[in-house]
Amino acid sequence: SSWWSEVQMGPPDPILGVSEAYKRDTNPKKMNLGVGAYRDDQGKPYVLSCVRKAEAQIAAKKLDKEYLAIGGLGDFTKACAKLALGDNNEVIKSGRNITVQTISGTGSLRIGANFLSRFHTEARDVYLPKPSWGNHTPIFRDAGMQLKAYTYYDPKTCGFDFQGALNDISKIPEKSIIMLHACAHNPTGVDPRPEQWKEIANLVKKRNLLVFFDMAYQGFASGDIDRDAWAVRYFIEQGHNIVLSQSFAKNMGLYGERVGGFTVVCKDAEEAKRVESQLKILIRPIYSNPPMNGARIAATILNTPDLYKEWLGEVHGMANRIITMRELLVANLKKEGSTQNWQHVIDQIGMFCFTGLKPEQVARLTKEFSVYMTKDGRISMAGVTSGNVGYLAQGIHAVTK
Amino acid sequence: IMSLFGEVPQATPVAVFKLSNDFKEDANPKKVNLGVGAYRTDEGQPWVLPVVKKVEKIIVADNSLNHEYLAILGLPEFRSSASKIALGEDSPAIQENRVGAVQCLGGTGALKMGAEFLRRWYNGNDNTKTPVYVSAPTWENHNAVFANAGFEDIRPYKYWDAEKRGLDLDGFLGDLESAPKHSIFVLHACAHNPTGTDPTHVEWMQVAEVMKRRKLFVFFDSAYQGFASGCLDKDAWAVRYFVTQGFEMFCAQSFSKNFGLYNERVGNLTIVARDSDNLKRVLSQMEKIVRVTWSNPPSQGARLVAITLNTPELFAEWWDNVKTMADRVLLMRASLQAKLQALETPGTWDHITQQIGMFSFTGLNPKQVEYMIKERSIYLMASGRINMCGLTTKNIDYVAESIHETVVNVQ
Repeated sequence: SSWWSEVQMGPPDPILGVSEAYKRDTNPKKMNLGVGAYRDDQGKPYVLSCVRKAEAQIAAKKLDKEYLAIGGLGDFTKACAKLALGDNNEVIKSGRNITVQTISGTGSLRIGANFLSRFHTEARDVYLPKPSWGNHTPIFRDAGMQLKAYTYYDPKTCGFDFQGALNDISKIPEKSIIMLHACAHNPTGVDPRPEQWKEIANLVKKRNLLVFFDMAYQGFASGDIDRDAWAVRYFIEQGHNIVLSQSFAKNMGLYGERVGGFTVVCKDAEEAKRVESQLKILIRPIYSNPPMNGARIAATILNTPDLYKEWLGEVHGMANRIITMRELLVANLKKEGSTQNWQHVIDQIGMFCFTGLKPEQVARLTKEFSVYMTKDGRISMAGVTSGNVGYLAQGIHAVTK
Repeated sequence: IMSLFGEVPQATPVAVFKLSNDFKEDANPKKVNLGVGAYRTDEGQPWVLPVVKKVEKIIVADNSLNHEYLAILGLPEFRSSASKIALGEDSPAIQENRVGAVQCLGGTGALKMGAEFLRRWYNGNDNTKTPVYVSAPTWENHNAVFANAGFEDIRPYKYWDAEKRGLDLDGFLGDLESAPKHSIFVLHACAHNPTGTDPTHVEWMQVAEVMKRRKLFVFFDSAYQGFASGCLDKDAWAVRYFVTQGFEMFCAQSFSKNFGLYNERVGNLTIVARDSDNLKRVLSQMEKIVRVTWSNPPSQGARLVAITLNTPELFAEWWDNVKTMADRVLLMRASLQAKLQALETPGTWDHITQQIGMFSFTGLNPKQVEYMIKERSIYLMASGRINMCGLTTKNIDYVAESIHETVVNVQ
């Protein structure tokens, strides 16, 4: 007999499980449009040149491997906050933010969820946009929060349902937590325009909501670091003391090194110290202190002017390739003879495209064409190349005509 | 506006890290840090293992490597080779395909994953009332790991006998006998932290007998394999014995100390199940827990360890590096004990050489510890725990004299 006889078989992860299914497929034309990992135009993982340079610099320094502080590498956390908030941000100058290094975006969200669960006792509800990243819900739920949603995506236009969002947000009970994707919304690729962000900020303030920004794609949306952080910075300027998750998985290609940050913007430096002490108490029983390698690479890039410049160029390059693929996909669909409206493929921003495909169509695309994507119709444009975009157009046209 | 965090209290700092902080700020040139559990050379410096430097160069030179996500459960060649280190190359359990593993963020991460799994799936579903027993004393983070995983009833089991400065075997066995059935016991595989006192083989066999009879859950914490005796196999004796006794069990492994990879967070939760079917279902549920905690683990450290363990010459070099560290610790133990005896310091000091691993439970009481810190700038934990690695041939005289002075002047 076993202790585990009653343990059920867990279902495969809806996003990461896609990659695993893709790996098992033997079709030479197969395409992995599941997980959001950037690929170059040869469909290969892309190690950024600035990353390789940073690694070489680090290797030459012959550093030791002593434990980092619980909150992580100081050179990294300072630079991480600056990247999000801007160099001369008043928050940083007055020391009223606490930024801790986390296990990439997931780890950041989890620490944030745990922190809110323990200390934000006025409300248990977290409002996610509809739809949101699939892992948001289980993370917050596991931390003891309750999940609700506000209208976001308009399936009729494959765009932003601004009025729907405002209507729903206006009804959210005070002090609830509202999750906002800073840029390159995942999975839809649909972002509010600046004027729309302004209205949202205003409404959120009226409703006295706690804002949780998830910024996993800074640089990937427009190709411009500052533009992509505009909403975060605007909200702070407007007096929202936000909490913020950042990931360097995509914009530095450091996926497996697990580099991220969690920031709490506090009332003042004294409060930031108290909050910091509690974040450490939360982190210690999970993993004690974070991994060095990726944070060291990121810090080196962010703090070395010519590497930083090179990085900005490479992020811009990655974003541009994706934009080009969007245009190519639409052009190819038209060539195939599709009469559907595919404008949203071009209008949407960032790594993902919410195609509008229904689950049955997705299933056919996978089964008949070995094109792997998530059930919600989301494709990672990063997995599209000039070599396979034609095939993809064929498949999409076949299941939608 | 009122702050949402206005009521957040200042938390007390984690003791061991505060100690290091205070040490850093101490201006006394004779200061000695006998606090945190990290290896130091005889020059008092951190030591990046020579084999680690070698493998890092291999990794940097290999342009086929990238920074892509690992699988949720981690790097397969790391997981399997790490489990072999704990269970033995020829472990029957491995041959029977009933051993699996989850790559985790250090030993802490492995304990965390094990604890989260047990809370969800062990002894019923979400049974937060299952008692979890940790040794008295134990690593100060054990309690928090299990409490944060949701367990409500964390209890001490008798372990350290302060009077005789050794194992309280009767107390230990007594607590095993009286623990509610299915209770979880966190056992230190070797080099007990903080006491440095391990059961003998015969004593482990007695522990196993009671645990089997009373259906208690075996959760090994193995953070110092290699550090106890200098021999990885010898240090794994208890873990392997329990496997031969047919237990389904967890073993949280850390490669922080024996690989010196502290900040790369390299750990492995080894799972021994009844059969491969049970193992498969357990691993599938582990994936779900990993996904809501860190999604997938960091690749650098795991890659490094995997390459080392799977390359014969590198593996041999690693064994050698581990022995170097263990030998230096043994030397410092012998020296300290000899010096205290020569000084005729009151009390008995045999426990210093009898204890095993990085730590020694000196027997100094809190007042004496405070004296050591304040008057002598020698930093150690309030429990009287010292890290032998903090001793060097250059500071050992000062430390011995300080202990002598403290014991004589402070009761």
